[in-house]
Amino acid sequence: MTDLAAQGADAAHTPATVGRRRSYGRYVLGKVLGSAGSLAFVLVLGFFLFRVLPGDPARTLGRGRFRTEAQLEEFRATYGLDQPLPQQFLTYLKNTFSGDLGVSLRYRVPVSDLILDRLWPTLLLVGIATLLATVIGVYLGVISAWNRGKATDKVTTGTTLTLYSMPEWWLGLLLIAAFAVGMGPLPGIFPTGGLHSVDAEPGTIGYVGDTALHLVLPVLTLVLVYLADFSLIMRSSLLDEIGEDYLTTARAKGLRDVVVRRRHAVRNALLPTTTLIALSIGFVVSGAITVETVFSIPGLGLLATEALTIPDYWVLQGTFLVTSAGVILANLLANLVYGLLDPRVRS
Amino acid sequence: MSASTPALTPRQVTRRRRADAVRRSWASFRSHRSGLFGLALLTFFLLVALLAPLLADGEGLEVTKATGGVLESPGSGGYVLGTDENGRSIVTLLIWGSRISLFVGLLATVISMVIGTLVGLMSGFFEGWPARILYRVTEWFLVIPFIPLAIVLATVLGRSLINIVIVIGITGWASTAMLIRSQTLSIKERPYVERARVLGAGRWHQMSRHVLPNVMPMVFANTTLTVALAILAETTLSFLGLGDPTRVSWGSMLEDAFDVGAMTTGAWWYIVPPGVCVVLVVLAFTLVGQALEEIFNPRLRGR
Repeated sequence: MTDLAAQGADAAHTPATVGRRRSYGRYVLGKVLGSAGSLAFVLVLGFFLFRVLPGDPARTLGRGRFRTEAQLEEFRATYGLDQPLPQQFLTYLKNTFSGDLGVSLRYRVPVSDLILDRLWPTLLLVGIATLLATVIGVYLGVISAWNRGKATDKVTTGTTLTLYSMPEWWLGLLLIAAFAVGMGPLPGIFPTGGLHSVDAEPGTIGYVGDTALHLVLPVLTLVLVYLADFSLIMRSSLLDEIGEDYLTTARAKGLRDVVVRRRHAVRNALLPTTTLIALSIGFVVSGAITVETVFSIPGLGLLATEALTIPDYWVLQGTFLVTSAGVILANLLANLVYGLLDPRVRS
Repeated sequence: MSASTPALTPRQVTRRRRADAVRRSWASFRSHRSGLFGLALLTFFLLVALLAPLLADGEGLEVTKATGGVLESPGSGGYVLGTDENGRSIVTLLIWGSRISLFVGLLATVISMVIGTLVGLMSGFFEGWPARILYRVTEWFLVIPFIPLAIVLATVLGRSLINIVIVIGITGWASTAMLIRSQTLSIKERPYVERARVLGAGRWHQMSRHVLPNVMPMVFANTTLTVALAILAETTLSFLGLGDPTRVSWGSMLEDAFDVGAMTTGAWWYIVPPGVCVVLVVLAFTLVGQALEEIFNPRLRGR
C-alpha cells in the first residue's frame, strides 16, 4: 500500500488533465491490442485443432454426407481443403470473417444461424447470474472480512468454500430433484427444464413470466456457485485493506464503523476485485454450458454438448470461436471500465 | 568425538536449513485447524483409492457379473448405498471411482505445474521479447473459457484416460504461470540474487539455486489448489461424456445417473454420494492449499 501511496503522490505532481487523458488513450490502445492478440490466438487455435483431426478432414468434417467423389471435391473446394495449409488458413479467415462457420452436420443449416438462434438464452442466463452473483458475493465477502474470525465469518466462509467445491451442474441436479420434481412432502414448484412451456404464447406478459419461472433454478445454480467464488475474492481483497493506516485515520476522525467500511475500505478493495471478477466471466460461461445441459436450456452450451455425441465438428468449432470471442470482449470491456475507475493501473 | 566434527560442506548446510524450514512449516500447519481437517480428509480418500482392491471386489465393476437389481434403494439386498441401473453396488463404484478421479486430478496437475512453473520462471526471469511473448501467451490462455476449449481438445484427441489428463493439464497452467511470474519478478530483484549476479553467477545458477528454491513453497501451495480444480474439471468432462468410457469415475457415475434420469425417478443414492465425494475431496485440497499459502506467505497470516 505504501508504494501505491507513493504513486498517488507522483500523480499529484504531474499535470493531471493532459497526462491522464493521454495515458488513458494509451491504456485503451494497449488493452485493445492485447484482446486482438487473444482473438487471433483463438482463431489460429480453432484452425489447427480441427485440421489435426485424424484422417481425411473432408471426410471427417463431411461425415458420410457425400455419395459421390464429385460432391467430396466440391466440399473440398468450398472449404479450401484441397489447397496447401497457408492457403487453407486464408480461406478459413475469409470464411470466418464473412460469418461463414460451415454447415451443421446434424441440423443441415449454417452454423452461424444456429449460433445466432441460441445466443440469447445463454446471454440471458450468464448475464443475470453474473450480476446477481457479483452483488451478493461482494456483499457476503465484505460482511465476512469485516467480522473476521467471528461466527458470521466462519459460517459464511465455510458455506462459500463448500459451494466453491461443487460442480455447478451437480448442484443443478440436486435443485431439480428438490424443487422441480419434489421431495417427500415437498411438491415440485419449478419446471424441470427448458426455457418455455409448450403452450406459452410469445409476446405476452404470461410468456415473460413463464420464461422467468423456467430460469429460476438454472440462475440459482450458477449464482450459488459463483457467488462463492466472488465472495472469497472480495473477502481476501478487503482483508488486505483492513489494518491500513488510512482506516485508522478515518476512525480517529470519529467516523462511524459503517462509514469507514463503506466509504473507505470497500471502495479500495473493490478495485482489484473487479479485475478478478472480469477474469471469472470465462468460468461463468463454462458453468453455463453444463447448467444448460442439465436444465436443457436451448443455448450455446446445449448446442455444444449435443454436438459432442455426433461429433458435429463445425458446430463445435463455431461455439468455441463465439464463446471465446465473447469472453475476450467482456474482459476487454471490464478492463476499460477499470482503467477509467482506477488511474493507477494505466501505468 | 563430537569435538572433531568436520566443518559442514555448503551442501549439508543447505540441507539442514531446508530440513529446518520443513519442520517449522509443519509446526505452523499443525496449528491450522481447517488445514488439518483437509489433510485428514485427504488421507482418508487417498487410502480408499490405494486400498480399493481390498475394500471392494473389482469384479463388482463388471456389468455382466452384477448381482443386484436395477436401481435398488439403499439397505435392500445388503447394498448399503443401493445399486445402479446395471445392478452394481454404488459403494463399489464409489471406491473404484476414487482411483480414477484422484489419478486424473493429480497427473493433470503435474502437467499444469511443470508448464506453469517453467513459463512463469522464464517470463519473469528473462527480459526482452521472449519474456514478452511468453507473458502474452499466458494471458491468452487465461481468458479462453475452459469448457469450450476442453470440449474441442477432447473431441480432437479422442476419449481415453491419458487424453483427459492432457486436456486438463494443458488448459490449466496459465494462472500458475502468472503467479510464478510475479513471484520471480520480485525475487530476482532481491539483494542475495544481485550478490550472486555480481559474483559472476550465470543465469542457470541464479535460476536453479536462488529463484527456484524461493518460488517452490508457493508452487507447492498452488499445486494443492490446482489439484482441486483439476478434479472438478475431470468430473465435469466425464459428465459431458468426454472421459474414458471403459472406466468408472465419480464424474462418469454422475453421467450415467443423469442419463437414466435418476433425479426425476427419486434415485437420490445414485446422484448424491458421487457428488458428495467430489465436494469433499475438492474441499480437502482447497483447505490444505489455503493453509499452505498462509504458512508460506506471511502477509496472509492471521486470517
